[in-house]
Amino acid sequence: MANQKLVQIPSDTLLTERDADKLPILRALHLGIDFGGLTAVDDFNISVGRTEICGLIGPNGAGKTTVFNLLTKVYQPTRGTILLDSIDTHGMNTVQASQLGIARTFQNIRLFNNLTVEDNIKIGLHNQMKYSMLGGILRLPNYWIEEKEAHDKALELLDIFGMANMADVKAGSLPYGAQRRLEIVRALATKPKLLLLDEPAAGMNPAETAELMEHIRDIRDKFQIAIMLIEHDMSLVMNVCEAIAVLNYGKIIAKGTPQEIQSNPQVIEAYLGKKKEG
Amino acid sequence: MKKILKNQATRTNFITYGGVILAFILLQGLSAAGALSSSLKGQLVPICAYVVMALSLNLTVGVLGELSLGHAGFMSIGAFSGAVAAAAMTDSIASSPIRLAVAMIIGAAIAGVSGALIGIPVLRLKGDYLAIVTLAFGEIIKSIINNLYIGIDVNGLHASFLNNTITFGDGGRMILSGPMGIPGIQKISSFTGGFLLIMITLIIIFNLVDSRAGRAIMALRDNRIAAESVGIPVTKYKMMAFVTSAALAGAAGALFSLGQNTIIASKFDFNTSILILVFVVLGGQGRMWGSIVAAAALTILPEMLREFADYRMLIYAIVLIVVMLFTNSAGAKQFTAKIKGMFVRDIEGGEQNG
Repeated sequence: MANQKLVQIPSDTLLTERDADKLPILRALHLGIDFGGLTAVDDFNISVGRTEICGLIGPNGAGKTTVFNLLTKVYQPTRGTILLDSIDTHGMNTVQASQLGIARTFQNIRLFNNLTVEDNIKIGLHNQMKYSMLGGILRLPNYWIEEKEAHDKALELLDIFGMANMADVKAGSLPYGAQRRLEIVRALATKPKLLLLDEPAAGMNPAETAELMEHIRDIRDKFQIAIMLIEHDMSLVMNVCEAIAVLNYGKIIAKGTPQEIQSNPQVIEAYLGKKKEG
Repeated sequence: MKKILKNQATRTNFITYGGVILAFILLQGLSAAGALSSSLKGQLVPICAYVVMALSLNLTVGVLGELSLGHAGFMSIGAFSGAVAAAAMTDSIASSPIRLAVAMIIGAAIAGVSGALIGIPVLRLKGDYLAIVTLAFGEIIKSIINNLYIGIDVNGLHASFLNNTITFGDGGRMILSGPMGIPGIQKISSFTGGFLLIMITLIIIFNLVDSRAGRAIMALRDNRIAAESVGIPVTKYKMMAFVTSAALAGAAGALFSLGQNTIIASKFDFNTSILILVFVVLGGQGRMWGSIVAAAALTILPEMLREFADYRMLIYAIVLIVVMLFTNSAGAKQFTAKIKGMFVRDIEGGEQNG
């Protein structure tokens, strides 16, 4: 034990100043995944502060959604470590990751289409309810108490987006924008500490996008959670994000404030291509 | 009450309960007045059993969203364990309704346990693969019971896969003798018993669907990946639905067998599984009243077609095709929507008056 050498471990823990005195909600260290011979994500390092709004951008096929799938344990990483709220998620599945406080939306909307809007939210509240299957069938007192609580909670959450009047509508018959918002509310229902939004503004018009930006900030302020979002709409990303990570060919090529990212030559090259010499 | 009935699902549930109760009272009245033919009277218990079979399969197919082709296997387990239990209890429980109830509970329990054992390997699969494996398990159950010998003596029950290995003590007799099945069953099933089983099944399914567990099951059906992302454990809830479905089928099996003189294992084969699936598909997946109507109608139909003699099954098949085509045509859907619209408005009008 005597002659232990001390080595420097890489630490690029960039956090918003506000969150710097607390442990980051998410740390990914040297994260990587291979699909067969293809390396989709490699040496991905990031830290996200407790109340940070962090953008993940990059050209198509850069591996952004793969990163989300790694963080939510849809895929198991080939290399590296994910610490969620300082807990190593090695070997965990999606359900366990969700219980640690990570929630997400999907690029291609995934709602429970045949169920009502309210039931979609109640499914998000599932793990906060405790009564058993038998309690449900026999309609024991717990059933009524918890169902009432869930009903009130669902309406309260829907109210964030002013959707409480749609509670009885089937999720599948909602207009596109409302479906995207419902997905966010459902994710919020699980009481996450880290919310991942995969292209929340996709398919929205500029007015809807502007409204969404406000909502994202409101959600952070109200729930005091971290939000990480993938987005192609640069006006949204630059406006709402406090930190931005740029991914290209599965690697982070830059992380910084929106201003830093906008003027980063590597980022410009990734998006626009290299300037021709001479 | 007003507030409860506003919810469309709850309203449909109450209409279903009411419809079943009305049908029971009507049939009991007709039966007491002697207006039912003896063949129809004899069909009442099997109809109840098939209705429960259709309802329980609808839980797997309509609510969980997995295709099962071996549902008759669970019915078979319930039928044989229920009949054996009833035969073994002939002396200890004198009252036949209580013996029927206990037999149904035993049938349900054993079918439920088998459902859990089969569910462990089967529920890892999805879609077509799951369907094929349930089919295989249905056949395995049939083969096992076909080769099973159960007897009783003063020391209790004895089971063997070989006819000649059971040596009985005092008062020993065979109950289940392999491919010969169980002969000389004491008919203790009654229409009232069947009606109560249907009501209990409806209460279980409706209350399950409208609860935390039921929502989790339907979430898996609608989008498994999203369900996992909000923390719904897939295997647990798949298993819950599958085992409940198997247990209800077991109770239906016990009801069925205790209304027959003789049962043999080959009665509960692949054809029976498909027949039950036809009830579910015809009545609409996830639509419980549809399963009840389809099961009842398609169980009576072959009896009603008896006068066509040789052409009976041909006409049965044609009726099936016509009904399927009709219920899926756009015109018919419009028509039912119109009727439904009138009906719903009626209820709302009634609410305002009341």
